[in-house]
Parts: sequence; C-alpha cells; structure tokens
Amino acid sequence: MLHYDASSCNGCDIEVLDCLTPKYDLERFGVINTGDPFQADMLLITGGVNSQTESVVKQLYSQMPEPKVVIAVGICACTGGVFKECYNIKGGIDTVIPVDVYVPGCAARPESIIDGVMKAIRILDEKRAAAIKDRR
Amino acid sequence: MMRAGLVIAYILLAPVLGAFLDGLDRVVSARMQRRKGPSVLQPFYDLGKLFSKQLLAVNNVQLLLNLSYLVILMIAGSLLFAGADLLMILFILSTADMFLIMSASSDSSPYANMGAGREMIQVMAYEPLTLLLAVGFYLATGSFDVSVIMQQPKSAVFLMPGLLFGFMFVAAIKFRKSPFDLSTSHHAHQEMVMGITTEMSGANLAIINLGEYYEMVLMLGLFFLFFANKNWQSWIVAAVLCLVIFLLETLWDNVSARLKWKKVLYGCWTVTFVAGGVNLLILMLTH
Ligand code: SF4
Repeated sequence: MLHYDASSCNGCDIEVLDCLTPKYDLERFGVINTGDPFQADMLLITGGVNSQTESVVKQLYSQMPEPKVVIAVGICACTGGVFKECYNIKGGIDTVIPVDVYVPGCAARPESIIDGVMKAIRILDEKRAAAIKDRR
Repeated sequence: MMRAGLVIAYILLAPVLGAFLDGLDRVVSARMQRRKGPSVLQPFYDLGKLFSKQLLAVNNVQLLLNLSYLVILMIAGSLLFAGADLLMILFILSTADMFLIMSASSDSSPYANMGAGREMIQVMAYEPLTLLLAVGFYLATGSFDVSVIMQQPKSAVFLMPGLLFGFMFVAAIKFRKSPFDLSTSHHAHQEMVMGITTEMSGANLAIINLGEYYEMVLMLGLFFLFFANKNWQSWIVAAVLCLVIFLLETLWDNVSARLKWKKVLYGCWTVTFVAGGVNLLILMLTH
C-alpha cells in the first residue's frame, strides 16, 4: 500500500497512520505501508487534487504494476470536500485517475479506512483473476 | 548419495523454510510491538502475488542480473550442503552480492544507486569476519572442508566462541536487520524508499526475495557448523540453537535503531578484530 497526500489538511493522514498502530494494526491482514510505487498494489490518497499534485498522482499511478487499485480516503479525496470551490483544487481524485474505493468522512475513521482497504483487497483479487483469465 | 539428497533438499526446501522464517520473524516482531501481526504464511502469499503481477522492467539487464544473484546464491548454498570447501562458499557468497549491487546500479533511480553504494559498504563491513571465520574453522578442525568440520568429535563452538559472537553480530547485515539495514528498507523507515530494490517490481522483486530466502538458510547453515559434530544428537541441538539465534536477531532488530554507515563499518570491524582476532590468536597459540 502506498499512501500519498495530494492536498489533505493532515487530518486524514493521521487517521491512516492510526491504522498502523498496535490498536488497529493493518498488518494483521498482511498489508504494509511502503514508499515505493513499484512495489505497491494499492494507492491510498488523502485530500483533493490541486494543480501541483496532479502530475505526481498521475506519475505514481503509472509507476504501479497491474493489477492495482486506488482508494480515496476522506471526503476531500472523494469529491473535493470543503475545498471544492478553491481556485487551485481540481476536485476529487477521480478527476485525474480512476478510483475503486471511496472512503467518506472528515476525517475518515480508522475503522472505515480498514473497511475500505479490505474492500480494495477484494477488488484487487477480482482484477487479478480477470487478468489471469485474459492471459489464457 | 546423502550429499546429493541434501543439495536437492536445499534447492527445493530452502525457499519454503526461508519464507516460513520470514513469516515467523514478522509475527514475532509484531508481538514484540504489541501488535497482532500477519499470518505466518504471508510471505508465501506475497511471493505468489509478485509472480502474478505485470512485469515493469526498467531496463533489459536487470532481470538477468537478478537471476544471476539467485542462481549464484543457490550454488553457494548447494556447495555448503554438499560439504565442499568453506572458503569457496564464502567467496561465491560475496560474488552473488556483487550481482545484486550491479543490478541496483543498473537502473536510474538515485535511491537504488545510493542503496548499491551502501550495500558495498556493508560487504566491506562483514567480509573480514567471514574470512576470519574460515581461518578459525581451519585452525580448529584442520580443514576448510565442511564435511570434515562436521565430523569432529567436539563441536567447533567450544574452540571459537569469539568468532561465533562476531558472526552473530555481522550476520544482522546479511539478515537485513537493524541496526545495519542500510541498503534496503525492510521496515517502515523510508529515507531512501526501498534502497536497492526501489525500481524492482513483480517477478523481478520475487527473484530477489527468493534469493534472500536461500541466503537466510545458507547463513543458518553456517551457524549450524558451529554446533554440529559427528554425533547426530548434536545436529538437533544445532538446529534448535540456529532458531534461537534467528530469534535473537529479530529481538535485536526490534530494540535497535539504524546506524549511519561509518558506525556500521567501524562497529563491525571492531567486533571482528576484538572478538574474532583474539579468538583466532588463542587458537593459533594452542593448536
Ligand atoms: S476529509 Fe477532512 S480531515 Fe480529511 S483531508 Fe479533508 S478536511 Fe482534512
């Protein structure tokens, strides 16, 4: 899982980090946080996209090998949220790359983030099965 | 016959054992941090996943270099389990590392290149002790041959406790544990993303992981040499002690922070010359 902060207020970022603490421990599902898009299956983005982070989001997405999923965490990442009308904000993550899972909330709670990640794992499995079928 | 069996067992089972130990390491680390941790079989799932991913090759040569790394490690391990010459095994082991360094330098990522540089420093840090180790076994048993070393009436560890300590110290480099995990980042510290493996993905990364599992079993095999003698009972004791050493490395990994490269180099050399050197000197004078 690769976490990128597009233009979050840090509220959601801290909740994402919460998921890694002993209380929530995302690693019990085998998910670890990495900084390397080449080795990630999931791209988790907090905050809406602005004109500066747009190219970064696109690049990270393109560096990840298929199959991959994108999770938008927090209402800003889903739609733009309270910053939607700002002159520099393009809107939710889905304005630049396809998003598979939307986790709403301001800030999104760790429980719902974990729910979102689990859903993303299911989608990832489906995509992998479809890719293997395609190859045959 | 027995030797051929051991070699085949190593080639087939080392990745399984390595992945299992890796899973165990992750669970034990998680428990030490009061987390639940993943399933012990997680590394197996991860390997399967990596092989099913799209291959994003950054250049034509990296896959070949990674495969060479894997194959050379397999050769080094096979030689150990065939009871061949210890010096040869250690030299082939460092050759394998050279391929890893070349592979990391072949891509354009500055993080991978920095990782390659650090890996070279790590090789410099552990190499002296592995050489002293081979000399120590020679002085203690009269041969570099693994098969002869295993046939001694008394375990080598009684004659070379200092070298065992030194080897445990530098083995943390090979197991990629803190405080020496400089060139890759197996844990969440990401100051240079994933170091050596930054631009490797899918099957490319899986090959490196497989190589690391072979290396892990090879290292434990070297520890095994310290404890085993011609009685088969000692082999069981040796296997248990190897597991204990592995868990000690996990403990050390969790209680230490990472060091800078100078401290790693000087620390390893100091331990090498004090623990290894003194041990060797005593061996020379008494044998
Ligand atoms: S959803 Fe709320 S907490 Fe999250 S980034 Fe937006 S404003 Fe901050």
